[in-house]
Amino acid sequence: MTKHETVSFREAQSRYKGIFAWIFSTDHKRIGLLYLYSIIIFFFTGVILGAAMKLELLAPGKTVMDAATYNAIFTLHGVIMIFLVVIPGLPAIFGNFMLPIMIGAKDVAFPRLNLLSWWIYVIGAIIALSSLFMSGGPPDTGWTFYAPYAFKTNTNMLPAVIGAFILGFSSILTGINFIVTIHRMRAPGMTWFKMPLFPWTLYGTGWIQILATPIVGITLLMIVGERIFSIGFFDPALGGDPILYQHLFWIYSHPAVYIMILPAMGAISEIIPTFANKSIFGYKVIVISTLAIAFVGYFVWGHHMFTSGMSGTALYTFSLLTFIVAIPSAIKVFNWVGTLHKASIQLETPFFWAASFLFVFMIGGLSGLALGALATNVHLHDTAFVVAHFHFIVFGGVGFAFMGAIHYWFPKIWGRMYNSKLATSGWIIFFIGFCTLYLPMFFLGVSGMPRRYYDYVERFHGPNIVSTIGSWVLILGLVIIVYNLIRSAYKGEKASKNPWGGRTLEWSVDSPPTLENFEEIPVVTRGPYDYRKKTEA
Amino acid sequence: MDKQDNNHIIPYKLYLTVLAGLITMTIVSVGVTKIDLGNLSVFVAILLASSKSALVLVFFMHLKFDNTLLKILVTSVFILVALVLFITFLDYNYR
Amino acid sequence: MSIQLHRDDDASKLGMWLFIFTELLLFAGMFIVYGVYRYLNPVAFHLAASELSITAGTINTIILLISSATIAMASSALRLKNKQLTIILLLSTLFMAFMFMTNKYFEWKGKFGHGIFPGSDDLLRLGHGDTLFYGLYFFMTGLHALHIVVGFILISVVCYRVNNNTLTNNNPVLLDNTGLYWHLVDLIWIFLFPLFYLIP
Repeated sequence: MTKHETVSFREAQSRYKGIFAWIFSTDHKRIGLLYLYSIIIFFFTGVILGAAMKLELLAPGKTVMDAATYNAIFTLHGVIMIFLVVIPGLPAIFGNFMLPIMIGAKDVAFPRLNLLSWWIYVIGAIIALSSLFMSGGPPDTGWTFYAPYAFKTNTNMLPAVIGAFILGFSSILTGINFIVTIHRMRAPGMTWFKMPLFPWTLYGTGWIQILATPIVGITLLMIVGERIFSIGFFDPALGGDPILYQHLFWIYSHPAVYIMILPAMGAISEIIPTFANKSIFGYKVIVISTLAIAFVGYFVWGHHMFTSGMSGTALYTFSLLTFIVAIPSAIKVFNWVGTLHKASIQLETPFFWAASFLFVFMIGGLSGLALGALATNVHLHDTAFVVAHFHFIVFGGVGFAFMGAIHYWFPKIWGRMYNSKLATSGWIIFFIGFCTLYLPMFFLGVSGMPRRYYDYVERFHGPNIVSTIGSWVLILGLVIIVYNLIRSAYKGEKASKNPWGGRTLEWSVDSPPTLENFEEIPVVTRGPYDYRKKTEA
Repeated sequence: MDKQDNNHIIPYKLYLTVLAGLITMTIVSVGVTKIDLGNLSVFVAILLASSKSALVLVFFMHLKFDNTLLKILVTSVFILVALVLFITFLDYNYR
Repeated sequence: MSIQLHRDDDASKLGMWLFIFTELLLFAGMFIVYGVYRYLNPVAFHLAASELSITAGTINTIILLISSATIAMASSALRLKNKQLTIILLLSTLFMAFMFMTNKYFEWKGKFGHGIFPGSDDLLRLGHGDTLFYGLYFFMTGLHALHIVVGFILISVVCYRVNNNTLTNNNPVLLDNTGLYWHLVDLIWIFLFPLFYLIP
């Protein structure tokens, strides 16, 4: 028996020492953690920018910053949160860490490519953020870089656009890696329909990453060409059509929402059966709905452009498809609720996150239907309602699932338990803060407050104060959660192999896992959520 | 582990035949432009290009000798591109 | 630290195909732009296209088709353990790529000589349709040429490794994947050629 099989991946020795043993490691678990640490840094940058915006909106008129700064800040907040945090978030962190273990493999199919994708991510991030330190300042177009303003503005567009382009490669490489891993490296006996749901969602996500990311890549290149060579594709003065830019941008960026939310749904599908001690309700339906979301989600991009001046036929088609894509998402919610029905539920922190995920995801999803309907969209387009809607989905949906996932897999990753009471109180405060922050925005949007302005008229003052206070509460909750997790990673009591009673393969290996995950590759005979008979362990 | 398709050796002659077919189609597609076919000419050009790409995919890129999975995936990707193009034109065609 | 995984050629091939899908979608984005602007400016596109040399385009098409055949045959030659023929076929592929680029260079140079390049005053005077057509022409053939350059480097590496016997019939996957990439470059040109040179 070699040393590899007994020592955890955190202590395993390599030819590199110190930090180099991490940044040059091809171990999927270390790469997952590299992503985690880098993403957390960017996440907090984004949170600070978001809090600054809320502070500015505390009162009408100039509160703490002028209009130009506000424009730059909401652009940076969007770019950081979308491209650097949420898109790589669940797939790159938990996908890298958990996917090989959950399907019974020793690593991903292309470990070196995996490390390369992290390096590309870091390089892209540095380039994207370098605009902050250049004269002219960061871009002020919003994260969508809409033409023709994107090549007319005097701010530093190029670093942000090129950075986003490079980040796309990182995303594509991760997608390729995961799909090949799932196709080729499942443990013997693990047929497609014996695969846990989190890998399934990563599979769907991988396809979107491969097939949608290049479209935004080429679009961003066109913006670069537009700025440097004035090729005129999106410039009305040269015969271009700015709406075509919106088409191309959203052909990627709408499916990108599913890159974010699918793995989040996957994580929830892992947490709920574990804490319900019950086999998941309608496993195959969840799988099929995952693939259906990935597929139909590719054709709904136009619902971001209802007021742009598209043809009527396109409007009806996109609206119809938007309603169709809501169906598989709703099916999943029914499945999760069905799993909880008559279950003996273990009330632990990850479960609270999962349950609150259902709550905020429902609000986000249903408000999405209000926006997907043509008539209401005209009224609500570009109002605070939209901001509230996508924060309920992206921050509420993905963020809550992320928090659930990190509390769920924490014992596996760090081999220690966290303080459950502190974690739960952090959740309550965060949840209250979240609702206080974003619920008023629905009312503001319906009553007509536009988004992306640093100023507003006096009658919007009240809800804005509530919203800003909510942002403070949310940050307080966040600080408690992060403090608890960091402290527990060093000082928490040692975790057993399977503290929650999960049935998927990652709970059969050591906490934290050894370098090669499994001493020998397991042979899978049962479904992933088989709670009928007790495991041998 | 290595399947027979990995070691399947395709005779040079097959490649040369395919190449001859591709060059013929190229010359035909150039020749067709001399004849005025009206709206049909666009259709003919695209049809010839599609047949040429099909030959490249099937023989040069070995799809004929590959497993069903790859065949399905490649076909789906082309269908996807066609669908995206179609939906984009729902806007431009009816504007 | 790194784990020795068993070599899985099928995985490498699948990975390469997935990458090819990415490339296809990248160009698909541009074909969408082309399609839309052609639809919006049919007359200008027709007139601008007739300014391009069909002869140059046809020669380049045939060059690329032949190079595709030679690299495909190189895969067979390597499996038949015919090292010399493999290298000859790879070198002729490289030669074809070089010829393609030379031809392209003179084509572009000719256009530049007539004052036609993105953002030029002459082009602006010609009108919106021509600006878009030549913008697309330079952008799409330029990106395609970039792929030729990358392919050229890849094939050179393969050629070098066949020569020093680190790439043999035991591990042909690098040659196969390079071949796949080169066919992709060919595949895209097969569509670029009629769209820019032929469609009247």
